[in-house]
Amino acid sequence: MAEQNNLKEFTKGIFQYNPMFVLVLGICPSLAVTTSVKNGLAMGGAATFVLVCSNFIISIVRAYIPREIRIPCFIVVIAAFVTMVELLMKAYLPPELNASLGIFIPLIVVNCIIMYRAESFAYKNKPFASVLDGAGLGLGWTLSLCLISSIREIVGSGTLFGVKVSESYQPASVMIMAPGAFIVLGLLLGFFNWQKLRKSEKTMKSLMKND
Amino acid sequence: MIKEIALIIVSVVFVNNFVLSKFLGLCPFLGVSQKTSSAIGMGAAVTFVMTLSSAITWIVYNFVLLPGDANIVAKVFPSIRELGLIEVLKTISYILVIATLVQFVEMMLRKMAPALYESLGIYLPLITTNCAVLGVALLNTTDSPKHLGFLQATVQGFGAGIGFTVAMLLMSGIRERLALVNIPQPLRGVPIAFICTGLMALAFFGFSGMVQ
Repeated sequence: MAEQNNLKEFTKGIFQYNPMFVLVLGICPSLAVTTSVKNGLAMGGAATFVLVCSNFIISIVRAYIPREIRIPCFIVVIAAFVTMVELLMKAYLPPELNASLGIFIPLIVVNCIIMYRAESFAYKNKPFASVLDGAGLGLGWTLSLCLISSIREIVGSGTLFGVKVSESYQPASVMIMAPGAFIVLGLLLGFFNWQKLRKSEKTMKSLMKND
Repeated sequence: MIKEIALIIVSVVFVNNFVLSKFLGLCPFLGVSQKTSSAIGMGAAVTFVMTLSSAITWIVYNFVLLPGDANIVAKVFPSIRELGLIEVLKTISYILVIATLVQFVEMMLRKMAPALYESLGIYLPLITTNCAVLGVALLNTTDSPKHLGFLQATVQGFGAGIGFTVAMLLMSGIRERLALVNIPQPLRGVPIAFICTGLMALAFFGFSGMVQ
């Protein structure tokens, strides 16, 4: 039973509470960095690290944080981990990857997903569950970043992971610029809404039949 | 001097609009742009906080974080003079400055302009987590091609706020119309707002190249 619960804490972040397509949180960085799959993966990894660590620390010290000043406390914890990630990435990742992520690494501090999980999950739950929750949501976010960035990279520059997709394809470079990002995300959200609507219609129909 | 300031404002409002070309501050942009009146209120509050926070973070950056003779902390701890605190304390100090500033603005408005305070309501505390505010502070002090002066940094903060307000205002006008239109069911709400933003960004693309 307990194992099942743990598995649920982990998987809910990927489908049921997918941060990007269900909750529509953390859109600013997800649009800015998804010009190529490599950028998307790096950003997702950094945010997942911060999410897991801050969830862990906050759920450990949650008994000592007074309710009135919890938001500033969360921000300080998150900012500390973001600084760590920033320094680690500067040390170990190629400089051009760092340059293309730019100010969006320090901006993880104000990413709504991390604040939202701290407030609504880690502040109320045990450390182990919080870590699983953070890992699940982080993975869900990273997967959605990969989806958006692979669409944008294939259509916008004709490559995937830097490898050319087809020789004859003329890239539509508007897709890797600002307008393309908004339109891709809008259409994807519409697509997932359509799926959800179709599913609920089906269950409605089967219910009607049973009646 | 005046020419330079005008250039900064035009560049940050139209060419490099924070919402439409830098993807900063999208959450409040989508959350508060349903009505024109609340869009104006939010824009004004954000512009105010952005201007002040650009000024204060510039001071923090130049006199507390950067290594050198001007560093105040170095007067007490001499080893700071060479290293500076820029690597480790930048993000934390900026976000603390912004959070305190928002709290301060809230208290000041409640005392001095209760009417405005009432009309802004919940939008005021939410400004802390607006990434456009932290974004402009970071851009003022890192990503710029050259080191910005105090006045330029403050003007850039003010202009970014105006750009944010302009984008919100345009969007709220579109969304008020969209409420009356027959849109396919799955696209209603956020998806169509994103597609409209994309088209707006495409229009703002026409400004690119106007200012370097």
